[in-house]
Amino acid sequence: MSNGRFFDGKESKKASVLETLPHLTIRPSRGWVSLRLRDLWEYRELLYFLVWRDIKVRYKQTAIGAVWVILQPFLTMIIFSIFFGRLAKLPSNGIPYPVFTYCALLPWQLFTNALTGSGNSLIANKELITKVYFPRLIIPLSSVLSGLVDFGIAFIVLLGMILYYGIVPTVAVLTLPLLVLFTTITALAVGLWLSALNVQYRDVYYTIPLLTQVWLFSTPIAYSSSLVPQKWRILYSLNPMAGVVEGFRWALLGKSDEVGGLVIVSIVMVVVLFTGGLVYFRHMESSFADVV
Amino acid sequence: MNDIAIRVQNLSKQYRIGQRRRHNTLRDKLTDTIIQTLLNRQKKINDQSDNTIWALKDVSFEVKRGEVVGIIGPNGAGKSTLLKIITGVTEPTEGYVDVYGRVGSLLEIGTGFHSELTGRENIYLNGAILGMKKAEIQRKFDEIVAFSEIEKFLDTPVKHYSSGMYMRLAFAVAAHLEPEILLVDEVLSVGDASFQKKCFAKMEEIRHEGRTVLFVSHSVAAITRLCERTILIEEGEVSADGLSHQVVSFYLSSGNGTTAERIWPNPEKAPQGEVVRLCAVRVRSVEGHLIDTIDITQPLRVEMEYEVLKPGHLLMPHFAFSNEEGVLAFSAHDLDPVWRRRPRPTGLYVSTVWIPGNLLAEGTFFVGAGIDTIDPITFQFYEYDAVAFQVNDSFERDSARGDYTGEMGGILRPMLKWSTQYEGDGAISKVRDGATKL
Repeated sequence: MSNGRFFDGKESKKASVLETLPHLTIRPSRGWVSLRLRDLWEYRELLYFLVWRDIKVRYKQTAIGAVWVILQPFLTMIIFSIFFGRLAKLPSNGIPYPVFTYCALLPWQLFTNALTGSGNSLIANKELITKVYFPRLIIPLSSVLSGLVDFGIAFIVLLGMILYYGIVPTVAVLTLPLLVLFTTITALAVGLWLSALNVQYRDVYYTIPLLTQVWLFSTPIAYSSSLVPQKWRILYSLNPMAGVVEGFRWALLGKSDEVGGLVIVSIVMVVVLFTGGLVYFRHMESSFADVV
Repeated sequence: MNDIAIRVQNLSKQYRIGQRRRHNTLRDKLTDTIIQTLLNRQKKINDQSDNTIWALKDVSFEVKRGEVVGIIGPNGAGKSTLLKIITGVTEPTEGYVDVYGRVGSLLEIGTGFHSELTGRENIYLNGAILGMKKAEIQRKFDEIVAFSEIEKFLDTPVKHYSSGMYMRLAFAVAAHLEPEILLVDEVLSVGDASFQKKCFAKMEEIRHEGRTVLFVSHSVAAITRLCERTILIEEGEVSADGLSHQVVSFYLSSGNGTTAERIWPNPEKAPQGEVVRLCAVRVRSVEGHLIDTIDITQPLRVEMEYEVLKPGHLLMPHFAFSNEEGVLAFSAHDLDPVWRRRPRPTGLYVSTVWIPGNLLAEGTFFVGAGIDTIDPITFQFYEYDAVAFQVNDSFERDSARGDYTGEMGGILRPMLKWSTQYEGDGAISKVRDGATKL
């Protein structure tokens, strides 16, 4: 009798376990697959660990370690200040030139690091992709996110400079988190395209440095976007980073011209780029392990 | 009630070979497109015949919950592709797989280890990659460290680890995964004998916990030991599915009806190097009969038949004997007084090694057969588990077990000389006196 009961108990327990077992069907994907964002949520801890790994490893075996985080934008700022500010005398809308350009360099650095990192991320993590399953989106996403820490550190320097030059930010400063988010999404949007393309065509690897260089000069970092002639404005604003950078200046330094229009075009641009990148990435994802 | 863990239905996977080389860069793609348009027709024919292979063809089987199933087959048969599809790493071309439960995989352990990170950090990273939650890793952390035996080096970057330590840590993390379905690919072939033993014990434990395991291995020894059921995959198709020892026998004998003889009738598929090609491996009694079981007191001989394709080389045929746990008992290299130092002309040879009686313990032994050329030593081929035979220790009291009938253990059971002498009745006090004086 007790035996029978024992088995009953076991059976019902077994059944309840079974009901909760996740069920997955693996079949060839046809057409454009869904984005499966829930899957991404399931693997959030892996995302956390990959970001953590990237940060931990980044400046290992360097003599000055994390000082590089500050040094990179800071030295660029000095160079820009000397050549563009002093020698070329580019106008900086009444803001001291160093802070004018450093403020733009921060989101720019976040963007290029994220772009380079995520563009090459799938190749760099080839071993993982061919051995273990997880949503592949995590890989470019983690390299974009790991750049945020660098951004945070370099940002402290910016705060110091703002204090030094006695600039008082306006309420616009409250939009800063949104602008950071926007920069991240912009980088991810481009990163998705590049990383997926890179799996198939290694040309991308060689294109990225060139791309970032061209992009640097078509973004108002060393100069103000007010220098761009009116008739080219629309074309110019198609570069989402133009909106981002002017947005940063507006939020932190309180001065920038005609930011509104630029930012709106940038947002539209990024939404298109990001959605396209996401869909393309998902579409290519199934073949990553075979092609990489 | 559904008690299926994995259902594989008409699964096929096609690879485009040469795809990587072909379209790796845009330039290749462009030149290719131009060539394609110029030689349109020819390209199409190529596409269908040369450029694609079916790694898996119409594979179907079911695995019940709690089953431990082995998958064997020669290299390139599609075993790993199958596991990759089940884990979701790659997609099938046709057919589908139904998986009930979380899948964890040990496809090559140490995946995702970062050499700059410490052992501690890598446990977390690797655990997360293999699908463990952070809380789960924390809970098992001490167990993992204890299993890996690297306590002292926990905070040393793994780039300073020896390869043995590295493998131990990697396996320790992987072995503590607790998914409902575990896929294992060739992980037990690493490490030293004692660590292998530990791995086996862990696998046994996993099996007793009632989890479903798919175990891919080259080692038929390991498979018969761990799995009740085995699926044989050859050229992308299931060619046998059933009780492990039957499937393994079938695989080893390849249709010859015994594990004592393995013949490679097709020269293209035989194990071979530039200089020499394996034709057959056989286990014989001293009288020359093919045997797959032998009494522990009886000698036996193992021979390999091979063809020398290129003249003028010194050959070193060798065998390795391992038990069903995959532990090497011993290996033996050719000591033939004549041919050992003589460059061989082309032709057919048979090299035989004599194994004396009262050497191996009871159990199943698997024989690997290989040939190297020497000066310099160059690998030609090595065939794991080419043949197998069973050693029986009967209780006739003429073997090394004497009158003992219990479990003896060990890989070897040599008949050793024993002697016992009677030292007389007074000897005990003499010894005691000697001890107190000292």
